[in-house]
Amino acid sequence: MAWRCLHGGLLTTVQDTGRAGWQQYGVVAAGALDAFALRVANILVGNEERAAGLEATLKGPTLQFTKDSLIAVGGGDLSPTIDGINVPMWRPVWVRAESVLRFGDCLAGCRAYLSIAGGIDTPEVSRSRSTHLRARLGGINGRALQAGDVLPCGEPSLTARRRINRLRAKSEGVKFTAAQWSVSSEMLPGYQKHPSLRALRGEDFTRLTPPSAESFWRDSFRVTNESDRMGYRLSGNTLHLAERIELISEPTTWGAIQLPPDGQMIVLLADRQTVGGYPKVAHVASVDLPVLAQVRPGDGVRFAEISLGAAQELLCRRERHIAELKVSIDLRD
Amino acid sequence: MTQDYSITPQGDDALVVRFGHAIAPETHRRVMALLNYFTEHTHPGVTECVPAYTTLTIFYDPCRFKFDQNNNRPNLSAVGERPRANPYEALRDAVQNIIAKEVLESVNNGPSPNRVIEIPVYYGGSDGPDLNDVAAHCGLTPDEVIEIHSAPEYLVYLIGFVPGFPYLGGMSPRIAAARRATPRAKIPPGSIGIGGTQTGIYPIETPGGWQLIGRTPIRLFDPDLDPPSLLRAGDRLRFRRAARDESERQKENR
Repeated sequence: MAWRCLHGGLLTTVQDTGRAGWQQYGVVAAGALDAFALRVANILVGNEERAAGLEATLKGPTLQFTKDSLIAVGGGDLSPTIDGINVPMWRPVWVRAESVLRFGDCLAGCRAYLSIAGGIDTPEVSRSRSTHLRARLGGINGRALQAGDVLPCGEPSLTARRRINRLRAKSEGVKFTAAQWSVSSEMLPGYQKHPSLRALRGEDFTRLTPPSAESFWRDSFRVTNESDRMGYRLSGNTLHLAERIELISEPTTWGAIQLPPDGQMIVLLADRQTVGGYPKVAHVASVDLPVLAQVRPGDGVRFAEISLGAAQELLCRRERHIAELKVSIDLRD
Repeated sequence: MTQDYSITPQGDDALVVRFGHAIAPETHRRVMALLNYFTEHTHPGVTECVPAYTTLTIFYDPCRFKFDQNNNRPNLSAVGERPRANPYEALRDAVQNIIAKEVLESVNNGPSPNRVIEIPVYYGGSDGPDLNDVAAHCGLTPDEVIEIHSAPEYLVYLIGFVPGFPYLGGMSPRIAAARRATPRAKIPPGSIGIGGTQTGIYPIETPGGWQLIGRTPIRLFDPDLDPPSLLRAGDRLRFRRAARDESERQKENR
C-alpha cells in the first residue's frame, strides 16, 4: 500500500498515459491531461513513463504514507507540504512512513501530478489504469479519490532503490528529503496563466467567415467554468461559418477545436467522446497540450498559427529532451 | 469502383482518409478494407485506427516516422528517394500506396464475410416505455413497429458515443420518431431506442433522449473482455423479438 487518503481534494483521479487502441470500440482514451508532467514525475522516481500516478485538480488531496516512499510532484503548483514545510517540485523526494502530504493554494497552473516509485497499482481496464469518470472505468472503481481510500502501489525499480538509499542516508530525524537537483525550467513547457497556444488550421477553418477567421487568431478566449476533462468550453467573440453545414459524425482528436452552432468554441481533451459532428476549425499543437491542461477556468487563451511540419518538429524535439532527461537522471545514481 | 478519396491531417498526430461524403454501405466497405489492412499489419508508428461512416482516422506518432525510417515494413517505408517535409507526408504517401495496392483489390473481391449478430429484444411494456408513443406518432400499431424494426439486417457503421454503442444503418423511415423533448436522466443498459431516423442500443446506463421501444439482456460492453465491445464496425445485426422467458434462458447460457 502507498497512501491512505484522508481527504480527496477537489478532483483527484488515478491517471496513466491513457488507453491507446480502443477508440474504435467507443472506449475513451482518458489519461493525464498534462502528460508531460506525469511522464517526467515518473522518470524522477524510476518508473516507466506511462505508470499510473495521481492527477490533482486545483485543490489537492490529503494523503498519509503507509510506508517510506519515493515520490515526485510535477505540473501546477498546488502548494504541497509535509508538516507545514514546502515539498519542492520537479525532483525526487524521499518521505518517511506516516508522514501526511497536504496541498494548499493553487499558486500556478491547474493540475499537479504525483508519482510514486512502483506506480499506483489499481487494476487495469483495457490495459490502462486511467480513470474515465463518465463511464466509471479504471482507477479506483471509476471514480475520484475519497477519504478512506487506500491506494496500492507496485515495487520500486532498481533505479528507484538507488535513489531511495541516497536520500534516506541524509534523512536522520526528518520527515522528508528532497534531491538537491531538479528538472531545469528550460525543459518545462511554456506554462502561463494566459498562454498563447500554437494551433494548426483545421479542415473546416476555411468555412469561417473572414472576420471570424481573423478573430480566431487575434482575440483572447476565456476558459469557462463549464470546462472539464472532456473539453474546455471557451467564451469570447462569437465565430460564424459562412454557411450552416450538417456534418456526419467522425472520430475526434485531443486538441481539436470545435465550433458548435452557438459560435463558442470547445477544445477537446482526454475524456472527449470518441466521435462527434461539430466542425473542426483548428487543432492545438500536441506540444502545447500540457500548457492547455494548466489553464484554469477564468483564465484566457489565444491561438498562434503554426505549420504542421513545425508542430511535429517541436513535438519530436520535446520527445528527445525527455529521453535525454531520463539518461541524465539515471546517471546521477 | 471509383478511386476517389482524400487524405487530410487532423492536427499533428492524426490523419483522416475520407472515402465519401454520404452514408452508404459501399463507401463503408472501403473504410473497413483499410481498417482491416492496419489490423493485420501493425506498424510501430501507427497508434490506432478508428472507422466512422465514410472515414478512417489514423492516429500516429510523428516522432516514429521522422526518426525511425529504417523500419522493416516495406509498405510503410519511404517510397523512392523523394524528400518529405514532415512525418505526415511520409504516412500519407504510405497510405496512398496501401489503398492503391491492397484496399481496392480487397473491395473488388467482394465484401468480406462479416459476422451477423442476433440481438433478442423484449419489445414494449416496461422494457420499451415509448413503444406506444412511437406507434401513435407513425400511424402504426405497436406490433407493426416491432415488425418493421426487426425486419432488416442492419449494418454497424461504427462504435462510438459511449463504449460499445453501435451506429446502425438500415432502419426504415416508417418508424422514424423525433427524440424526446426532455431526455431521461438514466436509461437502463440494453435499452433499444429510436432517435430521428436512427436506431441503436445503449450499452451502459447513460442519460439520453431517444424513444425506448425495447430492451435486450445481451451485454454489449464488458470492460473485462478484449475487445470490450460485443459489436464492431462492419458487423451485421438483426433484432429478434423475444418473449421474456426465452431471453432469461439465453442470459443464463451466456
